[in-house]
Amino acid sequence: MRYSGFRVLKEALTGHKGWTPAWRDPDPQPHYDIVIVGGGGHGLATAYYLAKEFRQHRIAVIEKGWIGGGNVGRNTTIIRSNYLLDGNEPFYEFSLKLWEGLEQDFNYNAMVSQRGILNLIHTDAQRDAFIRRGNGMILNGADAELLSVAQLKREYPFLNYDNARFPIKGGLAQRRGGTVRHDAVAWGYARGADSRGVDIIQNCEVTGFRIENGKCLGVETSRGFIGAGKVGVAVAGSSSRVMAKAGMRLPIESHALQAFVSEGLKPVLPGVITFGAGHFYCSQSDKGGLVFGGDIDGYNSYAQRGNLPVIEDVAEGGMALFPGLGRVRLLRIWGGIMDMSMDGSPIIDRTHIDGLYFNGGWCYGGFKATPASGWCFAHLLATDTPHKTATAYRFDRFERGYLIDEKGMGAQPNLH
Amino acid sequence: MIINHPLLGPCDAQEFVYKGDASLIDRPDGMADGTDAAFYDYAYLRDNPAGEHRELWYHEQGDRSWLVVTRNTVTHEITSVELARDVARSMGRSR
Repeated sequence: MRYSGFRVLKEALTGHKGWTPAWRDPDPQPHYDIVIVGGGGHGLATAYYLAKEFRQHRIAVIEKGWIGGGNVGRNTTIIRSNYLLDGNEPFYEFSLKLWEGLEQDFNYNAMVSQRGILNLIHTDAQRDAFIRRGNGMILNGADAELLSVAQLKREYPFLNYDNARFPIKGGLAQRRGGTVRHDAVAWGYARGADSRGVDIIQNCEVTGFRIENGKCLGVETSRGFIGAGKVGVAVAGSSSRVMAKAGMRLPIESHALQAFVSEGLKPVLPGVITFGAGHFYCSQSDKGGLVFGGDIDGYNSYAQRGNLPVIEDVAEGGMALFPGLGRVRLLRIWGGIMDMSMDGSPIIDRTHIDGLYFNGGWCYGGFKATPASGWCFAHLLATDTPHKTATAYRFDRFERGYLIDEKGMGAQPNLH
Repeated sequence: MIINHPLLGPCDAQEFVYKGDASLIDRPDGMADGTDAAFYDYAYLRDNPAGEHRELWYHEQGDRSWLVVTRNTVTHEITSVELARDVARSMGRSR
């Protein structure tokens, strides 16, 4: 069924009796050409692009719980491509371009809103760094704009420009950045994949991999063995747990990241703003709630909740930037589990096991990467070669010394 | 979280800096054969378990001792706290 304004009108006049489920609920078949482990944004996007762009058949997505119940449903919904390094920027810009055409492509309203993202500058050194980053973005075909304090005051009059410790001295804006309705991304990809014949199998946990003579033959699941020509794992947050079943240790630690949403307010915040002196980022959802977040909790965790010290730290960052926030009541706080990799950048690569492929290590930047991650992982699965924007995301980059370390923090995951 | 310091008693986890897996105590011998592979493994690869995890915490805002904390990564419950010095000595690493 194709969704359209006309369709909504027709259903409204006929008692909404014509709607059908957006995807099927099939039983697993004994064998598929390609099995994707993980029914989150990245896994569903991979299946969608495999079927649509790479003309692959007999594909299944296997999900332990329900689709979209992990990090694609727990993030702060920001999209952007404001990276510096050559290994990253072309990939994230590819992703942003896919976001721009996504709703037409998969015929689903994902509420992609290019309301812009603004990174604030507080020191001269930071201005130099942001000019460099902006130039890096422009060289890779992205947009970047350096804003003066006078320009900022016109667009964001409510910020605290004269904070004694962290005065605002300018900003780097990416006008094409913005926010997306995160759940709709999972649902849109699921519907698009399902309509092209992909089996989406929920409540089916992978309990092991069947590996013989260095080749992966399929996955053992809570609903029996499922054979596969190729297995792609896209389970960021649980990557170490799942890949341990294949006997692999990863350059990844799992950390909890908290996010926050306030009570609904009238429109106050035109775009996404990020504080440059601490870690705080904020946008306003279409329902009116201020959605914001900050640092990870900083110690290994698989609990989808965090602790109070980081909440205090995030609130302080918010107050330093945006004093009006102090009058706003918090509605909800939640946590998600991040794959924090050793250089802060992701991995999309083959493993040493034939037929087993891996996508993970997204740190806290996985949501914006969803379309390109799916596309590039599909490219790898279908052609056995990396997509041209994802050639740097290899497993062996750590051993060979080709780290993609945007923040220059070294192999200490809780600092990325 | 409260970390029950073996010498100082209960301390807020905020007084500490988190390092990571306690296997980092076991630094490979840089002069041995095959040390490249050993150091790659040491620097980059982690078990990252869901459940009981032995990890290093540094008491920066306190007595500046290193601790080995055994903590459950699913519940955040801390079950044992030892001085890293004692752990290292028991592994035969201290002179």
